[in-house]
Amino acid sequence: MAVKKISKVQPEKFEFSNKNKETADSIIKNYPSGKQQSAVMALLYLAQKQNDNWIPLSAMKYIANYLDMPYIKVYEVATFYSMYNLTPVGKYFFQVCTTTPCMLRGAYNLVDVCKKKISEEENRLSEDGKTSWLEVECLGACVNAPMLQLNEDYYEDLDPAKLEQIIDKISNDEVPQPGSYRGRLSSEPENTRKTLIGNKNA
Amino acid sequence: MLEDKDRIFQNLYNDFGADLTSAKQRGDWKDTKEICGKGRDWIINEIKASELRGRGGAGFPTGLKWSFAPKEVGSRPHYLVINADESEPGTCKDRDILRFEPHKLIEGCLIASYAVNAHKCYIYIRGEYFNEGQKLQTAIDEAYKDGLLGKNSAGTNWELDIYIHYGAGAYICGEETALLESIEGKKGQPRLKPPFPALIGLYGCPTIINNVETISVVPTILRRGGKWFSSLGRPKNTGSKIYCISGNVNNPCNVEEEMGIPLKELIEKHAGGVIGGWDNLKAVIPGGSSMPLLPKETCETIKMDFDSCVENKTGLGTAGIVVINKDQDIIKCMARIARFYKHESCGQCTPCREGSGWMWRMLERMAKGEATRDEVDMLLDVTKQIEGHTICAFGEGSSWPVQGLIRNFKDEIIERNKFDPIVKKQKDIPYLVDQHLLEKENAKT
Repeated sequence: MAVKKISKVQPEKFEFSNKNKETADSIIKNYPSGKQQSAVMALLYLAQKQNDNWIPLSAMKYIANYLDMPYIKVYEVATFYSMYNLTPVGKYFFQVCTTTPCMLRGAYNLVDVCKKKISEEENRLSEDGKTSWLEVECLGACVNAPMLQLNEDYYEDLDPAKLEQIIDKISNDEVPQPGSYRGRLSSEPENTRKTLIGNKNA
Repeated sequence: MLEDKDRIFQNLYNDFGADLTSAKQRGDWKDTKEICGKGRDWIINEIKASELRGRGGAGFPTGLKWSFAPKEVGSRPHYLVINADESEPGTCKDRDILRFEPHKLIEGCLIASYAVNAHKCYIYIRGEYFNEGQKLQTAIDEAYKDGLLGKNSAGTNWELDIYIHYGAGAYICGEETALLESIEGKKGQPRLKPPFPALIGLYGCPTIINNVETISVVPTILRRGGKWFSSLGRPKNTGSKIYCISGNVNNPCNVEEEMGIPLKELIEKHAGGVIGGWDNLKAVIPGGSSMPLLPKETCETIKMDFDSCVENKTGLGTAGIVVINKDQDIIKCMARIARFYKHESCGQCTPCREGSGWMWRMLERMAKGEATRDEVDMLLDVTKQIEGHTICAFGEGSSWPVQGLIRNFKDEIIERNKFDPIVKKQKDIPYLVDQHLLEKENAKT
């Protein structure tokens, strides 16, 4: 159970944009009638995307009304799941996986780079106000460790030098290519592939 | 070693592309209509004959699970739910299926839905796999366009709709009842069992929940026959499996291999060996972080299947193999795993909520050498207090790795934490020790 902090500064009003309203309505249709509460996770995510990557309390109240469910239930969900940011984060949000498989391959060296190049502490904005970083638990790309998630994309097979290049590019508002940074196309073994040889680069 | 022609996931490394056309060239969606035409009982019996066991960690026989679904649809609809909330550290097999072999999954969903009488299927993908989810959505859209899903799916006269539900970063939602709670729009806290989801599951309706890999192998099994699948591996541990080899190996990779392949062969042959050579091996976690680790001696001989792992006091789990070599501090590695469990405990049951943090803090101190010698026994005691005292298997998952560490590396922990126990010297000061320890024999002497 991660401790979640609610931002002290809160916008007064929140409303979905017209496009998001459409998306929200189509998501609600995925669930049986009367079970619209199921859509709460997806709607919180939409709100987060619309509101610069974090969810204000007013958005939770808005979603509670939207789905006709108690506000406290939305609040419960928003505070339970770790991917909802309840305080402002950077426009570019680095999430470094440091669980054991990544740690074995040097994830904490990446954390050091983040500390040096972004901010001393987790969840604090960098000087230019664009980036922040966070240590997270397993992101499920263990054979491509060490890796991190930048907004929605995975950056895999990293090392400190490559991460520095990525952060430099980001500070110029250039989003570098996601994927492996050692030229791997998937989770295949590098150089020594012993299986599915006949298919290779078919 | 498995022959290439017997590998189910031909596109595991994305040599062909994941789109419908190339999936069809690889044999997906072939004869789906005929397979469903043979009837529910035939499908379930064939899966039973293949002895397929669930690939999500627990290894429950899939055919048996399907047969628990009520035969006739009553007043409540049936649901099929696919568990793609892959969050176990060391495991990344489902990700490759979602992004490179989505049509195997979708076809499997259709056959499984038909077998358990479900018209709706939800695929629960962890929120971090956003791009993988988008790729699956593309594949689902392709299938709808081609008439493979919808009112008359693939000509089977069966109506099926598949929806993706994204999680939002909670490991516990991989537990099947927590996953259902999450789909219902609540906190992901596991439910008490019984009732089992097969009778009362999603929205209180009969629900069958399967892992991505389990469902994805179903079409191939039915096409080639349950006998073919059960001829691989050994009885009760049949078929092939995607192994994920990560950690201190030269070439970390995912590879599909036969069940029961020796661990050493996986590491040496497919993953390019341990960094620093085989003699530099310290320990291996064989099945994702919740399974107890294996010392080097066992790694020499162990075969990777469900039963032989259990014989060696561990488990196959999700087959996420994490290799740890001697350059690493094993106590620190396990302390990091304990921190993972502390972070991910849902907080519903007290032993797990409090105990997981307790284990983490003790291990952190042990890694630094700040613990007393008898705290090792206390830690073992804590793990026993958690194990079996929680609603879901998270209690076992968090305490087994710590038990494995103590079982195999107790000497190393004691070596580093040499302080004499305070209870021995100053047993007259009761407030310095935990009261329950005073009842133990070693505290009295």
